[in-house]
Parts: sequence; structure tokens; C-alpha cells
Amino acid sequence: MSASLKPSALQGATEAFVTRFEGLKARLPGDGDQREAAAVLLRRTGLPGPREEAWRYTNLRSLADQEFHEPLTEVADCAELLARVPDIDAPRLVFVDGRFRDDLSAVPPTAGVRVGGPAFGLLARPEHEKLVALNTMLAEDGAEIGIAAGVDAGTLLLISLATDQNGRAVAFHPRHTISLGEGARLTLVEIGLGEGVYLHNPVTSVVVAKGASLTHLRIQNEGAAAFVLSTLYADVAERGTYDSFTLALGGRLTRAEIHARLGGPNAIVHLNAAQLLADGQHADFTTVVSHDAPNCASRQTVKTVLTGKSRGVFQGKIEVARAAQKTDGYQMNQALLLSDEAEMDSKPQLEIYADDVKCSHGATVGELDPEQMFYLRSRGLPEAEARSLLVRAFLAEALDPITHDQARAAMEAAIALWWERHPA
Amino acid sequence: MTAVAETLDAVQSVTDGGYKWGFSTDIEMDMAPKGLNEDIIRLISSRKNEPEWLLAWRLKAYAAWLKMEEPNWAMVHHAPIDYQDLHYYAAPKKKPGPKSLDEVDPALLAMYEKLGIPLKERAILAGVELPEGELPQVAIDAVFDSVSVATTFRSTLAKSGVIFCPISEAVLEHPELVQKYLGSVIPAGDNYFAALNSAVFTDGSFVFIPKGVRCPMELSTYFRINARNTGQFERTLIIVEDGGSVSYLEGCTAPMRDENQLHAAVVELVAMDDATIKYSTVQNWYPGDAEGKGGVYNFVTKRGACRGARSKISWTQVETGSAITWKYPSCILQGDDSVGEFYSVAVTTNMQQADTGTKMIHIGRNTRSTIIAKGISAGRSNNTYRGLVKVLPKADGARNFTQCDSLLIGDQCGAHTVPYIESRNRTAKLEHEATTSKISDDQLFYCRSRGLSQEDAVGMIVNGFCRDVLKELPMEFAVEAQKLLAVSLEGSVG
Repeated sequence: MSASLKPSALQGATEAFVTRFEGLKARLPGDGDQREAAAVLLRRTGLPGPREEAWRYTNLRSLADQEFHEPLTEVADCAELLARVPDIDAPRLVFVDGRFRDDLSAVPPTAGVRVGGPAFGLLARPEHEKLVALNTMLAEDGAEIGIAAGVDAGTLLLISLATDQNGRAVAFHPRHTISLGEGARLTLVEIGLGEGVYLHNPVTSVVVAKGASLTHLRIQNEGAAAFVLSTLYADVAERGTYDSFTLALGGRLTRAEIHARLGGPNAIVHLNAAQLLADGQHADFTTVVSHDAPNCASRQTVKTVLTGKSRGVFQGKIEVARAAQKTDGYQMNQALLLSDEAEMDSKPQLEIYADDVKCSHGATVGELDPEQMFYLRSRGLPEAEARSLLVRAFLAEALDPITHDQARAAMEAAIALWWERHPA
Repeated sequence: MTAVAETLDAVQSVTDGGYKWGFSTDIEMDMAPKGLNEDIIRLISSRKNEPEWLLAWRLKAYAAWLKMEEPNWAMVHHAPIDYQDLHYYAAPKKKPGPKSLDEVDPALLAMYEKLGIPLKERAILAGVELPEGELPQVAIDAVFDSVSVATTFRSTLAKSGVIFCPISEAVLEHPELVQKYLGSVIPAGDNYFAALNSAVFTDGSFVFIPKGVRCPMELSTYFRINARNTGQFERTLIIVEDGGSVSYLEGCTAPMRDENQLHAAVVELVAMDDATIKYSTVQNWYPGDAEGKGGVYNFVTKRGACRGARSKISWTQVETGSAITWKYPSCILQGDDSVGEFYSVAVTTNMQQADTGTKMIHIGRNTRSTIIAKGISAGRSNNTYRGLVKVLPKADGARNFTQCDSLLIGDQCGAHTVPYIESRNRTAKLEHEATTSKISDDQLFYCRSRGLSQEDAVGMIVNGFCRDVLKELPMEFAVEAQKLLAVSLEGSVG
């Protein structure tokens, strides 16, 4: 790509971030070379613009219009936000404005869970994903979670809270790494809540070793004025499982990007998601599933409900390498448009280089089925209730694979609250 | 079983000779020097005695082209094209009208024979007068390199008010129609290759169906790339007025050569109220040899505008040839209740690359579109479906159904699906399905156990895989297409 393709508004924003890095770099922990390299990269290419294929539906211009500052260093009061964290009995790691808060966290005494960081990990590709370059350049803190081989670590909460900084827009770029040793198991419930204007740009690397299993449940319920741009890389070895579900309700402009690689035979990846969008929201769920080994399976069910003037985006790519024979890949993407001004853009993509595979995808976009509405109404249900019932039924397919009772209850409560606030 | 027998014949005829249609005809050519600049465009324009407005239009397109960059988003790879290393104008030398076939250039006749054109049509194509009443049923506008050598059936069509002639002639005889519609669907600056075409197009077909007329016969055209290093830039314009209908067939073969040839055609369709246009293509340009050497670069822009209410445009294509295909026949569904259809079979073998699909833009109310795309990849080829379904806010009740199926033969090829689905109307209903599979061992075993050879079994399964598309083709094309599929895949299953 030539420099002429770089939109100028984003250029300004890029400059601002790089300048901030220049001022901060003496204080930033860890590998300075990687940060410098990321800065060089960003300066050359800028933040992703709408002419880049991966960003054709999500325009960062509104982000570029903001001037972001460092989060204040004084200890913020976040009692109110903490009270909103769903009730899940598990040890927790709490980050406030991107920084680890020991006083609010409860790290399990057992099983090799370490917190430190930011650890950059080996999976991230700042040269491809520019927001990852931005994160690499400015990452200050993060969780480093390692579960030793053979350990069943149960459930762990990873909580991110963003406090209102008196109207000042702030940006933070946490860097998390999660690694499971051979045969290890973990359910990680990630919750994002916040208030005010901020950019939350987390990058997470997930390594699942042989026969290990990570269930990753994410509730993104961040502030209504927030920019939440997350990138996650997962690498799954032989017979390993990465089973994730993302519920996106919050934020003004959000994107959850996942790159999952099935690196050993018989690995399994599930990337399910539900997006509920109200007036003015833009949410993007982008995934790339790379089948690099034979006999692997990947499943995706992504549902989007749109009301008001909102815009939903789904981009899902399944890549099957030559060696990945007997791949079983499936992807379903459905969107429900409940208002006249909503827009849904969907790009399911297959890129296949092996011949003995079973890959399919389906996509539908439409409104509530009038016949189903009629059925319910004719049985005496009021219109609003009938709609609510149908929307929940629509979402149920994506939520069904979640077996963690408390997390599932938390998600259903969040959806119910959302529905109360945004009756379509 | 007739189809199988024919397939066998077809396979037989190529087993010793490679590309059956790869031959070159030596006819004296009138050729412009290599290169592209304003003078060449003026030369093309003056050779064709074009009016001033058309020259100005060409020059504007050229200026736009100079500022554009070659698109790089398609999943195709090729060496950079040197646009200055091509001839932009070549025409067979004019000879005074022959009195009988004996006077016609034997090389030209031999070419028609290889193309399989019936004798009577050959005579008409070569400009020999035939007695009335003995006319075959298909009108052909043969594009022999850049100039239409002859157009048949003009008088028969003229009786019903249909105009079917080379576009260069239409420019002179029906300037008001050409000026009104040329570039109205695909503007001169639409994309890189359309701009290039707009600047240098030499000829193509022009069809005008007046109000209420159903075209009495199927119209067809043969394209040939003949002279060495001549890029071909056809321009086709089809206009169907209220209540009219036409079925247009396009088939192409090209001689074998070593250097890649550029082909950047533009096809524009306009359908007014209640009009119907069916546009069918069988494309088997030279695909290059087994190592990918040579072969045609086929960068085509095709778009139809359903301007009127209840109008319908249907694209059907069977793509087996070309080293690279870059082609997205599209429909702009502007009129209320208008219908767009796209049926496609794309076969790639050896080192071929195809990036093809469609765009359905729903603008009017209750517009409907159907997309059925079948991709077959073999050898070391790459086959991509790329399609856009876009529903604009006013398109209440719009409906789309898309199905893309890919079949992989061998483990060195690639099959890709890149659909874009954009909906801005809640009452619109969009459905998309895509699958990828291979020819199953069960299917093969079933056929083999009933005495079919491996090759016949594959031919049969592939034809079955493509049936939904092939049945949309007009009769004569369907037969040719079935043969082509089998011939193209010959030797790819071992």
C-alpha cells in the first residue's frame, strides 16, 4: 500500500499516539525494541483506514476526532462500577483504567496463575494488525495467566473497569497472555464495564497446549461513549479446545477481532458471538480461523440484533491450508434488523486449499418473521412481549453452548436489562 | 446418455492436440503502431469516422485512466502489464464484396470451419449474398479482432424494428441512441479497465429492441483474438425498451499463443419497464499451457441496469478459459419489482486463476435477485467467488437468495468465497449459503461400478453439480457448455 492511501485524519491521530510514546517510553516496562519497531511501523502506515479490506465497514474517523490522554495516576474510585460486576464465585484479576489493582483482585493461591506484564507473547502480529502495533507501542500493564500442565484451574474472572475522568478522554492498551499447559483446563470470564469517553485497546494472546481446554466467555458492556477495539490471537495444539463466546452490548464504536489457529490435529475452535446494538452504536465482530492441521473442527454462530440507527458488522474468514485435510468448518451469521435506520454488513469468507474438506457458511439478514409474530399475537401475547420472546429465541442458539451457569445467567441478565432499556 | 457420448467425442478430439481451438489465421491486418497515447485514440476515432463528441468522450476516459491505479484486490497474480507494448487497433483489410464463397479469403473460411460455423452462415459472414428463405435461425455478429466482419440477418431483424449491428456503425447511423446510453450504466471512469476500454474500444455489438418487440431470434456474437499482441477492447450496448425482450449469446475462442493477451471488454445493458434481457456467455479463451505460460487476461466489466418497473436482467456464464478471469456481471435493480439473476459456472485447471461473481444492487421496492455460482477448481488453479448484495434504504421488500458451491479436484488447487452482504432495509430478506466439497468416493464408486470410466464418471458428476446453471443456458449453448466442462477437466482426475 502506498502512502497516498493513508487518510489524513487518521494520520493526525497516529502522530498523536506516537508523540505520546516518545514522551512515555522511558517509563514503559519490558522490551523497548519491540515498542520502537511498532512506532516505526505505525508512523509509516498509520491507523487502518476504510480503504483497507479488513476495515472497509468500520471507520476509525470518529476515534481520530478525539484527543486521548493518559489515565490519571491517582487511585480512582470505582465502587459503583464494581457493584455492577455480575456475581460469579471465582478468583478475580481487576484492572482499572488499564492498570492492575492488587487491592481489588483476589489471585488464587493454588495453580500457577501469575500476574505480571505486560508480556507481549509470540502470537501478536503488529505488522499486520495496526491496532496491535498501537498496543505494543503503548502497553503498560496486563494479566499474564499461566496454568500448569494437568491442572484444572476452574473459573477465573478478568475484569476491566474504566472510570469517568471528569470528561477527559483517556486511552489504555492492556496486554494479556493466557497459556494452558498440556491437559490443563480453565474457564476465563472476561467482563468490561466503564463510564466516560475512553479507548480500550486490549491485545490478548492465548496458547492452548496439547489436550488443554480454555473456555473464554466475554461480556463487553462498556460505557456508551467508549471505543473498544480488542484483538485476540489463539493458537490451539493437538486435541486442544478454544471455546469462546463474546457478548457485545456496550461501547459507541467497538470491534472484537479474533485470529484463531488450529495448529495440531483434532483441535477444536468455537467463536460464537451475540451483538445487541442500540441507536448510534457500531459493533464489528471480525474473525479469522486458520486450519493448519488435519481433522480439526471450527464452529461459529454469530447473531446480531440491531435497533435505532445502529450498524453491525460481521467479517468471518475460514482459511484451510493444504495440509488441513478432513477439516470440518462451519459458520453461521444471522442478523435481525428491528428498525428502519439500522444497517448490517456481513462478509463470511472461505479460503480453501485442501480438497477433502467440509466447509460451509450461511448468512441471513432480515426482520422478525411476521408469521411468527402473528402466531404469538393470536395466542394473546402483547406485541412487545412477542417481539421480546422472538428476539431471545433468536439469540438462544448462540448462547446455548455456554455451560457455565453463573456466566450464562450474567449474560442473560445483561441482555434482559438491555432489552428493558431499548425496547424495539 | 447422448451427453456422455458427446463428451467422449470431445475428450477424444483434444487428447492429442491440447487446446482444440488454438489456431491463428494469417490475414493481412491494418494495424496501428504499438503504444497508447492521445494520438492513437485520435487515430482509432478517425479510422471509424466518429463524431466529435465520441472522441471527446474517449479522451476524457483516457485522462481518467491515466490517474487510476490497476486494481489489486482480486485474488489473482500476474506479471505487470505493459500497456505501451500493445497494439490498440487492428482491422482485417477491406476487400470488395465477394460474389461467392470461392472468392472469400480461404484462411477466413478455414477459421469458420474450425469454429464450427455452418456453411450458410459462413457465406453470410463472409459477405456473400444468399437466396432468401434459406436462412439459419441464429443471427451472428462476428467480431473478428476489432472490426465486425459482417452482420447477418440485419434485414430480417430490421423488419421487426430491431437494430443489431456493430457499435461503430451504430455510432454513425443511430448517434442519438448511442450518445444517450453509452456509458450510462458503466461510466467512462468506473474502474481501471472500463476506463481503458472507454478510451480505446474499437468495436462490439449494438442491440436496440423497440417498445413491445420480442426479438424474433436469439442474437449471438463470436469473439476472436487474432492478431499477435492485439488487446481486444469490445464495447457492447444492449437497450430494450418497454415490454421488449431479447436473448443474447456470447461465445469466444482464441488462438494459441505464448504472450499473455489482454482483453478488457465492457458490456452495458439497459432494460426499461417490463423489458427482459437474457445474456449468456460461454468463455473459453486460451488458458495458457499446463505451466501457466501464455493465456488470455480477461478483465471484463459487465453491468445491467433494470431501469424500468418489472424489468429483468439475467446473466448466465460458463467460464472455462483464460489464464486470468476478472469479471463481475452485475445488476442495478432500480425499477420497482425488477429482477436480477446470475448463474455461473467457473472452471479452472492447471495454473488458471478466476476471480468472478456478481453485484446485485437493490434500489427499488420489491426487487428480487438470485445468485447461483458453481466453482470447480482442479490442477494448481485458484477459483474465487466474489459477490456483493447491497440493499439500499428504499428497497422495501427486497429479496435475495445466494448459493455458492465449490468443488475441489486434487489437493493443489484453491477455492475461495468472498461474499459481501450489506442491508440497510429491515424489510429486506437476504440469504446466503456456501459450501465446499470434493467429488465423493461414494459417487465415483457408484458410477464406476455401473461401467463408466473414471473420466466419464467425473464428467457426469460435474455436469450434475452444474445443472442448476446449465439449465439456464439456451439449448445450443448448453450442449457446448457440457462438452467444454468435460474437456476442461480432462486429465485432472487421476
